[in-house]
Amino acid sequence: MSDVVRLEYRNVTMRFVERSGKSLIAVEGVSLAVGDGEVVSLIGPSGCGKSTLLNIGSGLCAPSEGEAFVGGERVEGPNAHVAFMLQKDLLLPWRTVLENVMFGVEIQGLPLAERRRRAEALLENLHLFEFAGHYPHQLSGGMRQRVALARTLAIDPSVLLLDEPFSAVDAQTRMVLQRELAQTLKREGKTALLITHDLLEAVTLSDRVLVMSRRPGRIIDEIRIDLPRRDDPIARRQEPGVNDYVGRLMDRLDIGHLEVAGASA
Amino acid sequence: MNGGANSTLVRRGTILSLAVLVVFLAAWQWGPSLLGIPPFIIPPLSMVYHEFLRMLAVSALMTHTGITAAEVIAGFVLGSLLGAFFGYILGMSPTAEFALSPYILALQIAPKVAFAPLFILWMGFTVYPKILVAILIVFFPVMVNVLSAIRTVDPDLINLARAFKATRAQIFWKIEFPASLPPLFAGLRIASTLAVVGVVVGELVGGNMGLGYLLSFGEGQANTAMVFVAILMLTLVGGIAYLAVILIEQRVLHYLPRRSFSAT
Repeated sequence: MSDVVRLEYRNVTMRFVERSGKSLIAVEGVSLAVGDGEVVSLIGPSGCGKSTLLNIGSGLCAPSEGEAFVGGERVEGPNAHVAFMLQKDLLLPWRTVLENVMFGVEIQGLPLAERRRRAEALLENLHLFEFAGHYPHQLSGGMRQRVALARTLAIDPSVLLLDEPFSAVDAQTRMVLQRELAQTLKREGKTALLITHDLLEAVTLSDRVLVMSRRPGRIIDEIRIDLPRRDDPIARRQEPGVNDYVGRLMDRLDIGHLEVAGASA
Repeated sequence: MNGGANSTLVRRGTILSLAVLVVFLAAWQWGPSLLGIPPFIIPPLSMVYHEFLRMLAVSALMTHTGITAAEVIAGFVLGSLLGAFFGYILGMSPTAEFALSPYILALQIAPKVAFAPLFILWMGFTVYPKILVAILIVFFPVMVNVLSAIRTVDPDLINLARAFKATRAQIFWKIEFPASLPPLFAGLRIASTLAVVGVVVGELVGGNMGLGYLLSFGEGQANTAMVFVAILMLTLVGGIAYLAVILIEQRVLHYLPRRSFSAT
């Protein structure tokens, strides 16, 4: 990991006007920087504006105030350096696995031979090669999400924005997918901002975890994860320090108190 | 997969289906006389069959059927193309939809077949008024299905394409258009049967050709068997049109999980 900042938010505020005309502040004054090759997780209560940050980073919407930068360049709109992946796989049902993986590079206008080469290499890496000709409905949820990951990587982005990518798959598949993601990020030296509700996922996959407050979302804490094996979350789970980190994150999110407050209300 | 259970279902279903047909045909043949219903109310099956043979020989039945079928095809194809075209335009332009939707709604509420006399006044006793009624009646189910399909495309899919820097045209051809195909075909199925309705009404109102004309001719002659033959031939034309749509649909939408065969 170098000191070069790959993804940066400077003082980003996002306001929405609701249908009722009331203005709603989703995120307020968020500044954060992710170094080249670093993996940072963003955790926080539901509706704290985590996904808004992701949309701003990918250039799909412009912040009300502040700026986002990718590789030192101001984000003015969608750009080829950033790719995102959501909880939904967003696979196109009329395309085969191979064609789905090629979707992004096809839009970017890469020659067919190059598209194929990239897509096939990724399918090979993600153990999907034999399913290249299958249609999405023939795949399990975990495999579909793996195809979505391959599609995200196919455009060779320097930054990956991941919005709860594994929250819809079963626990065992999730662990396997987490490891594949971690290995890929390490091997390719990708920078990633991972939004998750899963504290253990945040601890086992990241170099740093940022904690956000309830709406309006602000960054209230930053915890550096000083554990080995970022490329293998399954091995990292066994590390003695993991539970302490998870406990600290629970404290910062007021998870214990929330329950008490809910019970007395 | 429950292939075994499925084939049992198909076998049982086919047997039952054929049994229903046999019972129905038998009831048609012998029922009327048993119940004392005269042949000019319900002619028995054999009489309808003889009338069919007679019409083949002397009433140019196949020519009339061919004319009706050609009108159905023309009305269906043109109406579907127009409906799909407007569906895509309105689906992609909320402004256009907002501005035009009251008029479209008014036209949709108006009973389309009521336009038949008007079209005949305009275009005379030709095939064109019949085709026009079919176009009008086919237009709406296709347009409405395409419009709502475009409207309900997952916005995250559009965002995904936008994040890859897709142009508006790419978003249409790579996402919206293919996503609209299943509802489009659902609309086309309905349209294929409605096209027959439009053409028949046109033929009933005026002219001296087509199965609709044979219907009113048979009525004028008090030839009930002739009316039955015309109805059966119309059903055949509609059935072939419907089947053609299904065959094309299965080709185009081959990527969808195979549904069990059903009438809807």
